[in-house]
Amino acid sequence: MQITVTANGTEHSADVEPRTLLVDFIRSDLGLTGTHIGCDTTACGVCTVLLDGTPVKSCTVFAVQANGQSITTVEGLKQNGDLHPIQAAFKEEHGLQCGFCTPAMMLVGSKLIEDNPNPTEDEVRWAISGNLCRCTGYVNIVKSIQLAGKMAAAGGDS
Amino acid sequence: MTTTTDHHDPMTTPEVGGIGHSVKRHEDDRFIQGAGNYVDDIVLPGMLYMTLVRSPWAHATINGIDASAAEAIDGVVAVVTGELLAEYNLAWMPTMSGDTQAVLATDKVRFQGQEVAAVISTDPYVGRDGADAVVVDYDPLPPVTNPMQGLESDAPIIRTDLEDKGDNVAYEWESGDSAAVEEAFAKADRVVTLETHYPRSHPAPLETCGIVADVSPVTGQATLYMTSQAPHAHRTVFALVAGLPEQNIRIISPDLGGGFGNKVPVYPGYVVATAASLVIGKPVKWVETRYENLISTGFGRDYHMKGELAVTNKGKILGLKVDLLSDQGAFYSDAQPSKFPAGLFGIVTGSYEYPAAQVTAKGIYTNKAPGGIAYRCSFRVTEASYLIERLVQNAAYELEMDPAEFRSKNFIQADNFPYESPTGFVYDSGDYETAMRKAMDMVGYDDLRAEQAKAREEGRLIGIGMASFTEVVGAGNSQDYDILGLKMFDSAELRIHPTGKAILKLGVKAQGQGHETTFAQIVAEELGIPSSDVKVVEGDTDNTPYGLGTYASRSTPVAGAATSMVSRKVRDKARDIAAHLLEASADDLEWENGKFSVKGSPDSSVSIQDIAFAAYTNHPQGMEGGLEGVHYYDPPNMTYPFGTYIVAVEVDPGTGQWKVNRMVAVDDCGVRINPMIVDGQIQGGLTEGFAMANMQWITFDDDGNCLNAHFDNYMIPTAWETPRFELGETITPSPHHPIGAKGVGESATVGSPAAYVNAIIDALQHRGVTNIDMPVLPDRVWQALQESEG
Repeated sequence: MQITVTANGTEHSADVEPRTLLVDFIRSDLGLTGTHIGCDTTACGVCTVLLDGTPVKSCTVFAVQANGQSITTVEGLKQNGDLHPIQAAFKEEHGLQCGFCTPAMMLVGSKLIEDNPNPTEDEVRWAISGNLCRCTGYVNIVKSIQLAGKMAAAGGDS
Repeated sequence: MTTTTDHHDPMTTPEVGGIGHSVKRHEDDRFIQGAGNYVDDIVLPGMLYMTLVRSPWAHATINGIDASAAEAIDGVVAVVTGELLAEYNLAWMPTMSGDTQAVLATDKVRFQGQEVAAVISTDPYVGRDGADAVVVDYDPLPPVTNPMQGLESDAPIIRTDLEDKGDNVAYEWESGDSAAVEEAFAKADRVVTLETHYPRSHPAPLETCGIVADVSPVTGQATLYMTSQAPHAHRTVFALVAGLPEQNIRIISPDLGGGFGNKVPVYPGYVVATAASLVIGKPVKWVETRYENLISTGFGRDYHMKGELAVTNKGKILGLKVDLLSDQGAFYSDAQPSKFPAGLFGIVTGSYEYPAAQVTAKGIYTNKAPGGIAYRCSFRVTEASYLIERLVQNAAYELEMDPAEFRSKNFIQADNFPYESPTGFVYDSGDYETAMRKAMDMVGYDDLRAEQAKAREEGRLIGIGMASFTEVVGAGNSQDYDILGLKMFDSAELRIHPTGKAILKLGVKAQGQGHETTFAQIVAEELGIPSSDVKVVEGDTDNTPYGLGTYASRSTPVAGAATSMVSRKVRDKARDIAAHLLEASADDLEWENGKFSVKGSPDSSVSIQDIAFAAYTNHPQGMEGGLEGVHYYDPPNMTYPFGTYIVAVEVDPGTGQWKVNRMVAVDDCGVRINPMIVDGQIQGGLTEGFAMANMQWITFDDDGNCLNAHFDNYMIPTAWETPRFELGETITPSPHHPIGAKGVGESATVGSPAAYVNAIIDALQHRGVTNIDMPVLPDRVWQALQESEG
């Protein structure tokens, strides 16, 4: 089937099998390997991307379902050469270790602070509860997202 | 004796970023921009995909495999079976414990999920179609689903491949002094007994295991991009298994999405993909699904333990007796030092001083996946620490003493280090009382006890649990520690370039621990070169010195020490070059802040950067040019991190659910290279410890079906369930490590499960509950309460 998506601002058209998962389309067809795969059951969340601005687990969406929509992946967070505040904050607060869950955590976090720039710890924990991390115990991920909210509200990344 | 302090002041400026600075991680820039490079991100021209066909049965004879329907599918290139591998002598391979393991099953399958055939295809979706179309004719056999059953006289024999194997015993092992233990038990006023199962668990790093095998049909060069925590050791194993010349094997372990021990063994999938690439002449990629990861690759734990502690009525421990039954799965493949069949379980005597201990252990084959890997643990230290900390807590209840007071009475005293334990470990340094008191102060121990008493009057169940653990990490000294004969030293190679920038190459391989930052900080400390000027390279066997890899908290104790030593070698040569530049005698120079200066003339100095430039442009005649070195570090002893964790819980008597109200962790890992990273390691470990206590286990039904092979039933805590942690530290340097550091990556996983479970037992012990096996699920708590009331 022929589909057209806008990924990180660039339009792509492709012929895909109906059964192709969006995550495989993103990784293989678009070559955007910052989106990862960690389970078979929509449990781990490392494949999370923004579909028309909303976080979705891209292993549970067929590529054809994304036809006509815009996709934001981790590669699209940086704008005009500047890191997104969420990226700067994850480094600043040691919000990552192995880095495998990080792109998804940052995308979920970026959506949260867009809606709520000053989330409480519980609000952050609830927002990322669909995303697993095995390294950090979530402590510094929460701090990173809260810091990013403050940075975004202040209008910069530092 | 070493001195314990509560902090360590950095000796370097923040710009240099040596030891003690929370330097932001060098590796983060690529990860936060989605530019990490994990195995599944690697795509090579002409690459094929491998999909494994796995057994649905736990135990069954294979009558035949019909691959014709699969081979007829467009895009399926080949179907590999064990029969085909046998022609290349590759149907079986050695395990890390000297047993053998089937690569693809030929005679029978021995666990559910075992590898039976491999489909090679041009597309991964087609590979799945192909795997579904392979028809395997099985005759089911009765399975052995626990080690007790495996020991029964009429139990089915699993390892019929082993000549004359008439039972299911994988190993028997004993440590300690039985006569001394008998004497101790004869003198005891009472014996406290605990029987408990440390359940099978799985490290489940978020990245599963995988390989891209690229064997050149022209040169025979095999380049293997592998999820490997131990690339050098794996290269040697590949050379031995596949008979490939070692210089023609290059293992590249790129970014790893977590490891926790899961990426230490060599798995059948790696071997089959390599063989397929060799035969077909094209690169072959294999990446596990989560189901495959959980059902077939290295599990941890699965120890059935009985511990007996002999004590006096005054609260002194006299001796310890432990009997272990280990559920090994179908192949004995613990990745551990060869002298220690039950790993370093001998550390079970813990933080306490008493004269007698004995451990007997039996490993039993069952129809489950093999593994027994050191899941975020230094080879069975987790099981040992859990048992002694649970026993000590229960002994205190029997003696009607406070568990903290009982610990205090029995701790190895700070002035008694180095301390030789009854099972032969020589603890390097410690101050257990100080760490415990600090944790008690932080949590407000006395107030919590008062709150608990009040809550009990109201019918509420509050519990306070403690664990004062000691680990043994950093394998290790070569007279005691080897894996398959390979001694467990490790290495560092350091080159300073003309502009004063450095490249450090290591035999270890990080999986998120931040080596690219912390090892650069060690160089910064020793040479005064800013850590941001040091590039750290790991995970490429062609371009790094030999080493045994990263697991068992060994990187800092061994490769960290090697980094210090090679830096000092480089500094020695730098001194000679400095003497040449300053026209002084090398003996007249002193080293400070990255500079050599003439004693008494501080203005007459040269920086390490000046010296580096001279090493390539103006070195003394007769001296070898350049400024580099390599060091292989054979540690004199292991390091012994310790700490005290205190957990406060409230148990709901109506539902059996429990909630962590407080979690205080005081860790002592010696000198902390990067405090931010150390805290991150501890927070992650406390979460995995909580997972084991609360929800995370791999279990089987009576037919040997694995019940937890997906993330929807293998439960991992999310941010929502994970407790909040309060961290504290004491610093007792390791006396034998060049910078006084000990390993820390596993302390919290090792120490915390007992603290969580002790807290629950503490809430229930007044009703006669002395044990609930992990995971402490609500129904188990509820059941224990019903029985205690009955």
